[in-house]
Amino acid sequence: MGKYVASVGMEVHAELSTHSKMFCRCPVAFGGEPNTRVCPICLGLPGTLPVPNHAAIEMVMRTALALNCKIAMHSIFHRKNYFYPDLPKGYQVSQYGETNPIGYHGYLEIPSGNGVKRIGIRRVHLEEDTGKLMHLPSGGSGVDYNRAGTPLMEIVTDFPPDISNPDEAKEYLVQLRQILLYLGVCDGKMEEGSLRCEPNISIRLEGAEQLGVKTELKNLNSFRSVQLGVEFEVARQRELLEKGETVLQETRGWNEAKEESFPMRVKEAENDYRYFPDPDLVPMCFDEETLKELRATIPELPLAKSQRYQKDFGLSAYDAGLLVGDRSWAEYFEEAVKLGGDPKAICNWMNSDFAQFLNKSGQTARESKVTPKLLCELTELIAKGEISGKIAKEIFPEVFETGTSPAEIVKSKGLTQISDDSEVRSIVKKVVEENPAILEKYRNGQTSVAGFFVGQVMKQTGGRANPELVQKLLTEVLNS
Amino acid sequence: MIPLESAASLARLLADRKISAAEVADAYLGRINELDSKLGCFLAVDADSVKAQAKAVQEKIDNKTGGPLAGVPIALKDNISTQGLETTCASKILKGYVPPYDATVVERLKAAGMPILGKTNMDEFAMGTSTETSAFQKTTNPWDTERSPGGSSGGSAASVAGGLAPVSLGSDTGGSIRQPASLCGVVGFKPTYGRVSRYGLVAFASSLDQIGPFARTVEDAALLAATISGHDPMDGTSLPSKAIDVSGLKQGSLKGVKFALPTELFGDAIEDGVKEQLEASIKLLEAEGVIFKRVSMPSVLYGVTTYYIIAPAEASSNLARFDGVRYGALVEGGGHIENFEKTRAHGFGREVRTRIMIGTYALSAGYYDAYYLRATQVRTKMRMEVEAELKDVDAVLCPTSPGVAFKIGELLGDPLALKMLDICTIPANMGGFPAISVPCGLSQGLPVGLQIMGGTMADERVLQLAYAVEQALPKTPASPLLEGVAG
Repeated sequence: MGKYVASVGMEVHAELSTHSKMFCRCPVAFGGEPNTRVCPICLGLPGTLPVPNHAAIEMVMRTALALNCKIAMHSIFHRKNYFYPDLPKGYQVSQYGETNPIGYHGYLEIPSGNGVKRIGIRRVHLEEDTGKLMHLPSGGSGVDYNRAGTPLMEIVTDFPPDISNPDEAKEYLVQLRQILLYLGVCDGKMEEGSLRCEPNISIRLEGAEQLGVKTELKNLNSFRSVQLGVEFEVARQRELLEKGETVLQETRGWNEAKEESFPMRVKEAENDYRYFPDPDLVPMCFDEETLKELRATIPELPLAKSQRYQKDFGLSAYDAGLLVGDRSWAEYFEEAVKLGGDPKAICNWMNSDFAQFLNKSGQTARESKVTPKLLCELTELIAKGEISGKIAKEIFPEVFETGTSPAEIVKSKGLTQISDDSEVRSIVKKVVEENPAILEKYRNGQTSVAGFFVGQVMKQTGGRANPELVQKLLTEVLNS
Repeated sequence: MIPLESAASLARLLADRKISAAEVADAYLGRINELDSKLGCFLAVDADSVKAQAKAVQEKIDNKTGGPLAGVPIALKDNISTQGLETTCASKILKGYVPPYDATVVERLKAAGMPILGKTNMDEFAMGTSTETSAFQKTTNPWDTERSPGGSSGGSAASVAGGLAPVSLGSDTGGSIRQPASLCGVVGFKPTYGRVSRYGLVAFASSLDQIGPFARTVEDAALLAATISGHDPMDGTSLPSKAIDVSGLKQGSLKGVKFALPTELFGDAIEDGVKEQLEASIKLLEAEGVIFKRVSMPSVLYGVTTYYIIAPAEASSNLARFDGVRYGALVEGGGHIENFEKTRAHGFGREVRTRIMIGTYALSAGYYDAYYLRATQVRTKMRMEVEAELKDVDAVLCPTSPGVAFKIGELLGDPLALKMLDICTIPANMGGFPAISVPCGLSQGLPVGLQIMGGTMADERVLQLAYAVEQALPKTPASPLLEGVAG
């Protein structure tokens, strides 16, 4: 039996983080009492007209630029016509055509092995979200239009797809989400539906020219479910083909609990949405000047940042990845480094103790009392040998709780490391003299008891003795 | 007698405290009471509200904070949203729908101190040329109640012609203001597309729709246009322009003015009586120093065909929102889709259903290029032809309607003939040009309208020319219903 290869296309919908909706001034938010963020315009009352939200248009342009897209200098809105109760106007304002969407023909890079892989992007366009159809407890259906008219950005990968396995599918989404967060255009909350991903999956025998029949997956609300979903579909399709059966072109849902997909509806024919230019909306025209200005607002993107950290600071791919996962986390890191902090030490503290404390307290780095300056101070105290790593770990909770300078804590509690040769030597001598039995054991060849003396020295100094010095002097004393 | 006065002279009398807003409102309520059972102009009149508005408006007049027509009441076509007042578009599907907001033009009328008399009958969703497709009632022509007032703004036209309102607003998608104005012997003006906000106008064909005034004189139409026009941030297609400036309305002279006469709109499609009346007017205007240039605009002959692709295509989408879910009459049918089917099958009349189907077809995959796209190309060509001619002349002059008022029911069996009634008016909508219909005498005892069309944003010039033409031509009598008042 031949080997199968998979092709995965990704269609991502991102709700834009604008203050108001796409075509009216109702606020954009999540949840709330049904139909409390609606007005005649987003309810589609007769006679109302749309006026585009320029902030949303700018967000899509910035995303398109960040995704290396060409920008349609003349871009229009179309109406996508279909009937559903959650669609107030009987059409959705969207963008149609290959080169009409605000962004087209771009790509996104994902880490792959030691390098990167380019995932082609077909289009980045702007549309409006629908309301939500709900089943009422009393029976029947109701519609909540709070979400109706929220600006929605659709990002679709190239066809034929470049993604060929579940890991890449997940990595694509991870990178895309990070970029959206870096740009500040979407809050990325998959569980709230502000970032929605619908992969389409097909498999074919290796070497086959024609792509296989594809299925589309819906209701995936985490990275994990995207990965599992794609994995499941690839396996399911392979099993069907190996049994000599065929794959149906259909939309399938994802059952989170059972970790399996189930059929939702079979696509018999392409829906005819009767797209046509929306006569209520004048064409959007952009100029080079605007593009230049917007391009200047695009920050260094996470993958580039991670590569720079690895190259410039010698961080591992894993550590760098953790740092760039969140834009403000990376900015915190860079600020600390700029203040003179040792990149590796700062990185280690951020990705271990600091991250744990933040996790527990539910704060972000910026919300916490540990400023980049304090973190630098702490790592410097260690580097200069003024405190041991152990002491540093001990005082960190206080720094975190109170925001007090580590140097001050060390000073006020007398925690400064004792690195004075004669002072340590006298304590070492004292400890050795007070424990003749143990010394005897050592002299009889049981050298492992040296650890006991180290422990005693530390105990007597409250852990402040410089460990390396203790080690050195103890060896001298024991062997004298 | 109040109903005989022009809106401008009513406004003067009001400003001079010779009459009160309440007296004016009462006079028109009286006319409506007396005559509307015969004319069927109004779908809704709330007399108490009219009286209350008149009372409130009196304050504006006293404080001089109203517009140029403060205290002059107005009738509104029933596709213009009025807060708290049922707005049905003369369709069963919107029966009982009371908008929670005012159209921008209504806000401006209220700010200018013009009491709203009521909502006028129309072809259902403005789809028609005779006001006969209204789901609720027939409107008759004040010149002959056996005849149609034209359409689709028939109620607004007839109310002004019959003296039931001094002025009114209609909407014009392919001639729906100018054609009924012509058939009823009043002035009807369609401003430049985008000059008057469409916010609150229930959309028929968004790229063609435009609100505009009906009046008995060009001056009244101009004052009303000035009141409602100007940029509106609520309408994305609204032009970034100021309100129409009428300060120079009466300063135009006809001497040396150049009008283009498109031969295509003086041909076989036009009734002899109408042509004769137009030619007679042209002679009179020539005597005033007007220069006429006979030109050819071949594309205008495709206007009706093009219009009947573009307008239904947009309408098929614009009318998709009427599904009974949020407002209007829901007819239950089982599931969601069945609800839609029953609601729409029951709520829309035959003409509306027909146009939705035509439009749906024209936009369908495989037909889009052949119909919709082609039509938009012809539209562009037509606009360019008109613009090319307008470089040489002040305006285009032609008949407004190819014929005079026809008998009610006479053309119902001949949909093509009904649609051809728009042949002279459609080019202005296609190009977004301002155009006005001015009465120019009678043919077979019925009014004939003369149309003046100018370039984009030439609203002021068009009104100025129309005023001069109105002054130069012999006065067309008012409708017998108003003549009766005088007698």
